[in-house]
Order: sequence, then C-alpha cells, then structure tokens
Amino acid sequence: MAEFLIKNGFVFDPILGIKGDVADIAIKDGKIVETSAVTKPKIIDAAGKTVMAGGVDIHAHVAGPKVNIGRNFRPEDKLFNCTPGHGIERMQGGFSVPTTIRTGYNYARMGYTTVMEAAMPPLYARHTHEEMRDTPILDQGAYPVFGNNWFVLEYLKNHEIENTAAYIAWLLRATKGYAVKVVNPGGTEAWAWGLNCDNVHDPVPYFDITPAQIIKGLIEANEYLGLPHSMHMHANNLGNPGNYTTTLDSFKLSEGIKPNSKFGRDQVMHHTHVQFHSYGGDSWANVESKAKEIMGYVNSHDNITIDMGQVTLDETTTMTADGPFEHHLTELNHLKWANADVELETGSGVVPYIYSPNIKVCAIQWCIGLELALLAKDPMRVFMTTDHPNAGPFIRYPRIMKWLMSQEAREQQIDAFKYKDKVIDATNLAGIDRELDLYEIAQMTRAGPAKSLGLAHMYGGLAPGLEADVAVFDFNPNESYVPDDIENAFSNARHLFKAGVQIISDHEIVSNGNKRTLWVNARVNENPQVMRDVKEKFLRYYTVTLNNYEVSGHYLPNPYVIEVDATQ
Amino acid sequence: MAIRVNLITGRTIQQGVSMEAGKEKPAYTTACGIIELDPADFKKLGAFRNTNVRVTSNYGSVIVKAVEATQGPHPGVAYIPMGPWANMIVNPNTYSTGMPTFKGTPVEVEVAKSEPVLGSLELVRKGCRGELA
Amino acid sequence: MTKTITDVVCPFCGTLCDDLEVVVSDDGKKLLEVYNACAIGAEKFLHSQAKDRITRPRMRQEDGSWKEISYDEAADYTARMLADAKKPLMYGWSSTNCEAQSVGSEIGEAVGAVMDNTATVCHGTSLIAVQDIGIPSCTLGEVKNRADRILFWGCNPAHAHPRHMSRYSIFPRGFFTGKGHTGRKVIVVDPRVTDTARVADVHLQIEQGHDYELLDALRVAFKGEQLPDVVAGIPKAKIYEVAETLKSGRFAIIFFGMGVTQSIGKNHNIDAAIAVTRDLNEYTKAAIMPMRGHYNVTGSGQVWGWQFGFPFAVDLSRGFARYNPGETTSNDLLRRDEVDAVFVLGSDPGAHFPFSSVRKIYDLPSVAVEPHETPTTEICKVHVPVAFVGVEVGGCAYRMDNVPIETRKVVDAPEGMMTDEEFLKSVLMRVREIKGV
Repeated sequence: MAEFLIKNGFVFDPILGIKGDVADIAIKDGKIVETSAVTKPKIIDAAGKTVMAGGVDIHAHVAGPKVNIGRNFRPEDKLFNCTPGHGIERMQGGFSVPTTIRTGYNYARMGYTTVMEAAMPPLYARHTHEEMRDTPILDQGAYPVFGNNWFVLEYLKNHEIENTAAYIAWLLRATKGYAVKVVNPGGTEAWAWGLNCDNVHDPVPYFDITPAQIIKGLIEANEYLGLPHSMHMHANNLGNPGNYTTTLDSFKLSEGIKPNSKFGRDQVMHHTHVQFHSYGGDSWANVESKAKEIMGYVNSHDNITIDMGQVTLDETTTMTADGPFEHHLTELNHLKWANADVELETGSGVVPYIYSPNIKVCAIQWCIGLELALLAKDPMRVFMTTDHPNAGPFIRYPRIMKWLMSQEAREQQIDAFKYKDKVIDATNLAGIDRELDLYEIAQMTRAGPAKSLGLAHMYGGLAPGLEADVAVFDFNPNESYVPDDIENAFSNARHLFKAGVQIISDHEIVSNGNKRTLWVNARVNENPQVMRDVKEKFLRYYTVTLNNYEVSGHYLPNPYVIEVDATQ
Repeated sequence: MAIRVNLITGRTIQQGVSMEAGKEKPAYTTACGIIELDPADFKKLGAFRNTNVRVTSNYGSVIVKAVEATQGPHPGVAYIPMGPWANMIVNPNTYSTGMPTFKGTPVEVEVAKSEPVLGSLELVRKGCRGELA
Repeated sequence: MTKTITDVVCPFCGTLCDDLEVVVSDDGKKLLEVYNACAIGAEKFLHSQAKDRITRPRMRQEDGSWKEISYDEAADYTARMLADAKKPLMYGWSSTNCEAQSVGSEIGEAVGAVMDNTATVCHGTSLIAVQDIGIPSCTLGEVKNRADRILFWGCNPAHAHPRHMSRYSIFPRGFFTGKGHTGRKVIVVDPRVTDTARVADVHLQIEQGHDYELLDALRVAFKGEQLPDVVAGIPKAKIYEVAETLKSGRFAIIFFGMGVTQSIGKNHNIDAAIAVTRDLNEYTKAAIMPMRGHYNVTGSGQVWGWQFGFPFAVDLSRGFARYNPGETTSNDLLRRDEVDAVFVLGSDPGAHFPFSSVRKIYDLPSVAVEPHETPTTEICKVHVPVAFVGVEVGGCAYRMDNVPIETRKVVDAPEGMMTDEEFLKSVLMRVREIKGV
C-alpha cells in the first residue's frame, strides 16, 4: 500500500494532545505510523492547513427501512438537487435524506470516515445492511433496537439479566449489529395499541413492566456482556415541554453502575439527541431551555456521554423508532405521516418538518442544542450530532462548528430570529460567551465519540497504530478569519484518507475506498432457555421462520468483527 | 343481439396457475381467454354458456369465450382475467398517473359463435402484425 | 434418496411465504415435490422442471423464425441496443432479486435509461398517494398478533395472494389474537361477490369505480355526520355500521389492491383510503397496506429508493434522476413514442400492458430476459432465458410489508444457463467497453 507523509499541517488531536502545533503525520499499510517508519512516502503538503483524524458520527439515521421511506415518500426532497455522475462518482440526489451514494460522499467531504446507523429494526436488518453496502467509503455499524422487544420485556419484568444478555448476544449475531439501542422504552410497544409511556414509571400495556426497569436492565445486561459501546438511549417523552425531568430520571438509572468493558469507554449510558429532551415549561407557549439542569447532571456524572441533536433551521425529514412521537408530530404540523410497526420488536414513524427561524419553538430548540455543547465541562463526553436527519441534515456539521466556535455567528443568528426577545428570555445562550477551539471540536467529533463507541483503538486520533483516517482542511487557525470561513473549510476537505487510501485529493473524490461494516460477536455461555424461547416465538408469533431471519455473509462484503467474550 | 356491460379485469387463481405453467399452453387460454358474465346478462345476450363472443370497446376488440360468473352475482359487470385478451380492449389512458385504466371500461358483447379464441402468443403476434380482424 | 429443503421462500407473490418444503433429487438437479405452497407457488416451482424449457438465448430472424445465439452474443446485442438508444426503457425488475436490480441500476446510469418496474401497472398509484399523504402501516406479524378488524378493499386474496388469509390476516392465532378468525371482524369491499367476500362478516358490494365516494362517506360516518341515503350503491345504515365496527376495534388493518389503484380516481382513491386510516388512529390503532403483486416489486422500489430516491418511473436519460409519473411511466412513454429501445427483465408487459403499448414494443429494438416463453418474448427481437430466481438462484426479495427475506436456491438451473445477475453483469461490462468508461 502507498505511504503518505502529511507535512507541516496544524494538527489538532486529543489523543496525541496536540493543540494546533505544526506536525507531520505518516501513513503506512492503512495505519498511522511514526514519521521515521515511512521510506518513500507521497508527500502531502499541509502547510497552513488544519489536520485532524477522520470524523466519527455516533448517531445518524443513514441506512435502513425508515430512511428509505423518507426517500421514497419525499420526491420534493430531491427537487433541484439530483446530480449526474462525475469521475468515479455515481448519480446522487436528496437533501435531508440523500441517496446512499451521496451520503458516503458528503460525509467524506466533511472529513468524516466512520458513521453509525442509529436504529436498526432487527427484522429489517438485511435492508439496513444492503444500504450500508451501497454507501461508499465509510466504515459503518448499526444499532439494533431493544427497548420494546418482547423478549427483553419478558426477561426484564423478572430482572433476568443473564437471559437478556444471552438474547442480546444472539440478536447482535443474527442482525450483524453493533450496539444496544433503546428508543422510547415501552412506549413504542404501547404505540402498537395507539398508546404511549410518558415517563419512566408509566407501565407498558399487557407486559406490566416500567420503562425504568427496561432501561436499568438493559444497562446491566450491556455491562454483563462488556460490549464495546454502552447502552445507547433515546428516553421517553421526547420533544414535549417539561420533559427534562423524564430525562434526568432516565440518567439517574445509570447511577451506581460501573462500566465493564475492555474497550476503554468510561460510560454505561450514552444518551442521544439530548436537545430534544431538555425542555422546561408545560406547553408550547412557555417552553424553555433546561440545558443548565441537564448539563449540571452530565458534568457531574462521568458514567454518561451524550450527543447534541442540534437543530439546523432547515426543512428536513424526521424519522424515529419512537412511533407515538411521530404521530404526535403529524398532528402538530399536519404534514404527511408514515408509520411502520414491526412485529415483536419495535416501530417507527416518518414526518417531514420545517425548522423555521420565524417560529419561536424552533429558535428555542436551536439555542438548547448549542447550550448543551457550550456548557460541557468535558468535551470528550458531549458529541456533535444533528440526529441526522431529525434536527437537520448532517451536512450542516460545519455550520454547527461555526456556531460553537464563534459568538459573533451565534449573535447573527439570534438577531435573525423573528421572536428574538422571547427566545432570549426562554434560553441561556445569549449569555454564554464561550467559543470552542478546534481541539475541543476534535474531542466532540473524533476522539470523544470513538472512545464512547469503544473504538478508541481504531478511530478518533492520529497516534501511531490507529487507522489512517486523516482529513486535511483549508483552514489556517493562526490567520484571521470570519465565521463563514470555518463552515466553508470544513464542508470541503482538501484531502481525506480512509484506512490509508486517499479518498479525496484536492477536493476531488478519487476513490470509493474499502468500506467496512463493523459488528459485535459476543460469546456467552450456552443458554437453552433463551434458545427455546427464540424457537417458540418464531414458531408462534413471527411471520418469518427462524432459519430465514439471520443476515448472512454476503450482505456484509467487507465485515469487521469485534469479538467479545462473556462466557466466564 | 349485443349487450353493454362494464368490464373489469384482475387476477384469478386459474390465471395464476396457468400463467406459471406456461402462457404458451392451452390451459392459459382456457383460464384467461374468457369473459365472466352474470346470468342476467346471459339472458339479455340470448346466448348459451360457453359460447364464443366478440367483446368490443373504444380501444379494441377481442374474441373470448363467455362463461358464467364464478364470483357473482354482478349484473351489468363483466370480468376478463388479466392477460392479453383483456388488454386488447381495456382503456389504456393513464390520465397522467402512469396507470392504464384497467378497470371500468364500457364494452359491447355480441355472440361470435364461429370465431376462434386465439392462444396468447398468437393473439399478440397477430395483433402486432396487424393480422387481426 | 431424496433431500428435503425447508424454509424455502416462494417467489410468486408479495406474500413471500417462507415456510415451503421442497423435495429434490439426491444430486440436486431435479425438483420432485413442493409442500405448503399454494397452487400458483407450487406450479412456479414445478414449471422450472418443464422438459420443453428454452435454455439458450435466441434471436428473431427476418422470416420470423428463431435462431439460437450464445449468451455472449445476446449480451453484446443488448449492450449495443442500449448504448445506441437515445432513451431506452428498462422495464420489469419485479420477478428478480435485489442483487440483479442493483446491477440493472448501474446499466441504467451508464446508458441513460428510463427505469420502471411493474408498480407502474400495479401499485404505482399507491406510491404516488403515499407521497401525498404518507402511510401508517405495519408488518404482517402485527396483523397476525393484534388485528381484530380486517378490511379488504378492492383486493381478492383468495385468488391473488392465496395464503395471505391463513398466514397473516383472517385465520391465524397470534399473541393477542388467540381466537383466530372468531375474534376478528372481516369486511370486504368489492363490486363482485368474490371468494374473499364469501368468508367476510360484511360485504359491501360497491358500484364499480365509486371507491372514492365510499371512502369519503366512511370519514363522514366516523364523525357521526349526515350521509345521503345511498353512497356508491351502499345504503347509509350499512356505512354507519361499518364505520362503527372499525372504530370499535383494538387494531384495524386495511388491505387494498387493484380495485382501487386501477379504477378511475387512481391515486386519489388511495389518498382517501389512507385518510380513512389516519382518521381511525384518532379512535383506535389502524394501519393500511398495499397488496403488492410480484414477489419482489417492493424490493425494486427499495433499491431504487436508496440509489436514486424514487420507487418507480425513474428517468436517468438526462444524466441525473428524474421522476414524474404520467411522463416517465412506461405506458405513457410507449404510447407517446418517447423511447427508442425496450429492455424487459422479470415481467411480462406483452401480456399485462394494454395492447396499444405492446404494439409499440414490437416496433422497437427489444430484448426480453425471461425464463418462460411469454407474449413478451414472442414480440421481442432477442429472448434471453435465465435461471428462476428463488428456485435456481437465491437473493434478496422484499415482502409486501417491506420485510426483506433472502430467497433460496433449491435446484441447479439446466446446464449452462445464466442468472439474471450474471447476464446483467456481462451486459454492463459490454456497455462500459462500448462507452469507453
């Protein structure tokens, strides 16, 4: 494989602790190596430019059934943006729900190289893998959803952690999944009857278990297995005024549980898109930011990581396994609504949404997301996301960087809000003057999410031995710049390397890379009860047979299996 | 003597089975080269069951065998299983939806005892070559 | 000795039953028996064994006779035809696997084709309606385990999806539906007394073509507002009664078919049916599902969805994807003489398009990739027989509820026959050579 030496760039890397000093980065055999280890490298001149590890997205909806519902039922999302093939690039289309091919290329252009699909319905795992297979360049994994799964509800009702863990291990293998995702625990099962679970103590119809039992049990089962990532959580009561108390109640369920993982993470719960879970007030008339209360808890509890779910003020497509929420949303905005309940497992909904700067609530949501990041004491535990495409499309990450790095840019946006004064009253943002630097951005977009995922041994930094995922941006942090320079530079990487392959050269995509799919193979002791339960449920309640359920190898042409041994 | 009826098309299990067994085979013609008529309409037509008839619409004309409705009664409605025979006479207009109007074509049915029901391949071939009467 | 293969997936309709058992000869070359399948599915498996099956590509001669050609010659002819055409139509894609559909997309991009699947004459209008109003739906297992109100509107599963009623909708005993069919109320709306209507609790024998009115009347009835005495041939008392039956269920499901998609009104009928479902969710839980026909028409829409963003009628001829049903749909293109070559795979437009479109295919350069002998192969210039997907080669297919299932290979194809995917790959290679890319 080709050797590269990226010379004289301003390097920002939390793993090496380099904060913008000039340094050289060497690449050999797909890995970062000491600069002395390359003999005849191709020289990449990065003088005057910013060098970072490839970005890691811990939570985005980019592949699978509900994403494709979003594509197929929104032809308007492709209006004026379908583009012809060009060089090695194929045809592309779509804004908030781009085609898989555009997804791969657009992430690469932002210097991102690893993207996790945030919610995979197990019965649709094959579909999710087909889409990931057709997403070029990126390393990807997908999180199967567990929070409304009948096996889980039945085991955890009696606090059977070992059985839950054995079932998780079985399902991760069957679906080639990466982590344990929980979406509106119990609430989506309730939605199968048109109901919901509004807080952590609201019992699930028929199953007679509370969301709190599900959350705590799944954290414990996750740690029993010692999976790379922690339980990945989307709490009950998303998107409602006053919901921050439910969020805090959910956080508290992780108290006293210690991580048990060889993969270097410190958290036992990752809570996603916290912006949607940080609302005070009791109606849309008096909704207000509770980011301070939320971050007060996060900052003082180091067994939690979170991501933002930043609203980008775009027209977008919301999609979630939180079925009742999407029904709630369509009743609010009266736009088209797709719903897809999945037998024994989960559900989902899709509704378009327009985050308008002329609507007070949208502006408040925008403030709350930024507040979460700006109030973070430890940027290694608070990550940048838009919950793509729910709060906005991922292509806005560079714009969020701009807002986080520049108070001037934030003030410009606040001044443009129609209900500026009301928004300022309901939020804290106007009083925050913190401006993040690129080192902190690298923590929030690279090193932090990689560590939380249990993938710090592969991604997120530029230390020798890590995957050679390296991005070079046309940005000189030592020269004066206007806020928009940040957005422009980080939207359009000058060079990008993925596992040592040059993907972008002088802003042109030159390779489709060697995309890998990550999944976790957790080995547990034989568990005849769980296997008997699995057989019975397939025989009696599923509409596919057990033998047709498992996703076979050719859906993952380039798998990367992470082995976990939980047999002791 | 001719009658006017409202034609709909669609699947039948015999159509499905014979299609999978081979559209070139006689069984396919037996299953699909037919028109199902209500007993009341047979009476109006003044024809016996299993008589060959000519079915004509604004869009074309085809010879099929008239049989008694299997899923009736549905007076005034006639049924030809989906296939090349039905497609000779259905309304092909999509009205900007992409979808031809396969159901709800007004047709005229008249007795044509001595004319044969063609097999599917022959029907389509002759139609394309302009060899149909 | 014989071998029994279990968990076989049936490649006929969108029900995609995956519990078939197939007995094959010891050498895996002969298919002997099929269990658990419906009559159509069984015939599909057995017909692959026909002695008179065509196993080599053939080209129509000047005098109307066929001449056998090699797969290479067939691929070359196909590639040249597509590459030379300004705007070729590549139609079908429903009786094949997603792997082949994917290769087809690459060819379509390379030659600037219009890609259309059989939804165009089936549930295309449903797809348009979903773009207007969305679709609250669910998997078939939700129906089996929860549904106590089953409404079939303009569909006749007793004939078109023969195992649907026993596997998913009327008869099965599920988790919350332990009483099977006795715990369910079944309503059928159809202008004929279909065999499905005969097993229903209520049959509304609607006046053909008046679905929109009756659907709207139901919405009125849900709200308890006044109706005219008769709507679409149905007395108002009956409409109020059905509205109450639906509202009083715990989980209602509407299945709909060609009766609504192909009758006048088209996508607007489906709009109204989905609106009925949305309304019902104010009172109880309700879902709606199109009864998709071909076993993998759904998959074709999925593959194009993630690759191009549109489920059917995708026009790539300008170099990027466009979608405009009524303009980029097969029958409109053919009737208006807007395409100059036709490639068909996994469908039989010769039998299932209105004849005015069939005639246009006959007049154009054309290739049919198709295991059977069909009216389409009869009128195309080249016929390429291939292995049966789901019988002689596996691959992914999507059920009517979008659940992907991997079909299985149960026997070998006759010696020397190519699969769809293999043939398409050789066409793609030739296209690239011709285009120099």
